[in-house]
Amino acid sequence: MNMHTGLDAAVVAVCKIATANADTVDRANAAPAETLAALRRESLLSLLVPTSLGGQGQSLTQLAETCHALAQACGSSAMIFAMHHIQVACIVAHGQRSDWHRALLRRLCTQQLLLGSVTSEAGTGGNIHASVCAVEPDGGQVRLQKDATTISYGAQSDALLITARRAPDAAASDQVMLVAPRGDYRLERTAAWDALGMRGTCSDGFRVYLTADREQILPVPFAEIASRTMLPVSHLLWSSVWLGIAADAVARARAYLRQQGRGGATLLPSGHRLARATSLLQLMQSRLSLALKDYEATFADASWSPPLRLGADMNTLKTSVSELCLEVAQHALMICGINGYRNGSPFSLGRHFRDLLSAPIMINNDRILESTGGLLLMHKPASGGF
Amino acid sequence: MTRIEEQIRQVLTESGRLAVPTTGLDSEADLFTVGLDSLAIVNVLMSLEELFDIELPDELLSRRSFSNIATLEEIITNLVRHPAGV
Repeated sequence: MNMHTGLDAAVVAVCKIATANADTVDRANAAPAETLAALRRESLLSLLVPTSLGGQGQSLTQLAETCHALAQACGSSAMIFAMHHIQVACIVAHGQRSDWHRALLRRLCTQQLLLGSVTSEAGTGGNIHASVCAVEPDGGQVRLQKDATTISYGAQSDALLITARRAPDAAASDQVMLVAPRGDYRLERTAAWDALGMRGTCSDGFRVYLTADREQILPVPFAEIASRTMLPVSHLLWSSVWLGIAADAVARARAYLRQQGRGGATLLPSGHRLARATSLLQLMQSRLSLALKDYEATFADASWSPPLRLGADMNTLKTSVSELCLEVAQHALMICGINGYRNGSPFSLGRHFRDLLSAPIMINNDRILESTGGLLLMHKPASGGF
Repeated sequence: MTRIEEQIRQVLTESGRLAVPTTGLDSEADLFTVGLDSLAIVNVLMSLEELFDIELPDELLSRRSFSNIATLEEIITNLVRHPAGV
């Protein structure tokens, strides 16, 4: 079965390696080292960087397709890949006026740097729009210390994007984002990642000690970076990853039904679930495809302020896909039965389920739905035009 | 300070959940960096619409409209003068 029709040969090659290593990564709670090495070898970490800076200049839609393909092979690898590109998107969208950030993007292309994110912090209650730590002047440089509850693939990252208050006397919401290559910071592990799923993301807790130049701060307030780029791109790429995981669960269910149906046997009683699961996947794919078009048509235009309604649309994309993918996986499990429930069979679905359970809590759906409900109060219902 | 600006500052004090008092706030200061968030925007908007008996058209429901007091004042002044948004 060729799941990768139409994809670049480099992506297909990485997916093969990711497939071969997915169960080991999950069992060992280890970073997908072979897959990360393959991503670097195939230069897939610079897909979003403009060609003028040495990257491939791909669109977000093309990138989402790669996330979807990689997620069918290994959820953890795909999530790392997606999170890296969310960081790249932030620098591409908001850092190109700065010599320092343009130089970093060039270096990212030649050295295939892996970018990590440090938005979580103890004491903020999971709200990325507030920081406890602050950028402090230190001679000609700046200093920062942050107690991050999780940094996904923090130990594997070559550079980190860190949020902090603009200055020691700034409000919690007056945040900036600073880009720091390895060498500018020291990490002290405070918590080990041993989670239900997405085990290969190695999202340990760390205390970050950093000294950097002031010019490494992105020249736009973090509130603007988050609303225009980080949040919409996260919802779009995460959704692509979850859909890929769910699609592989359905592929396993289909393979199981075909195996059971060999020799003219009648379709199992659970066969109708293949149609239900597939129709849910199709609905989600259509929704994601529209949201990608909306993003590329609007958010990317820096001269225009995206309507709050589009932010609400990105939020409901995330909450609905994260929940419906679990429903799809449940259909797949009902089809595969005990062969899906137990580990070590070609039809095992445990890893898919456990990885997908992270979806509703990556920025908790309850929090997102609360603020989205408010945003929707402001708008009249859509006119219903197609 | 105009009467409209005074009333906007009052609404922001009551509904904006800002980290700083609105009295000393520059009318061009970025409201998002002083704590305005998407939940508070809803309350601010509904209070302003009720107070001035206006309705912000969909095309003005963007973050930029709520970015500072001066922008809000300009929008509201226009809507009060031309309620149909024309």
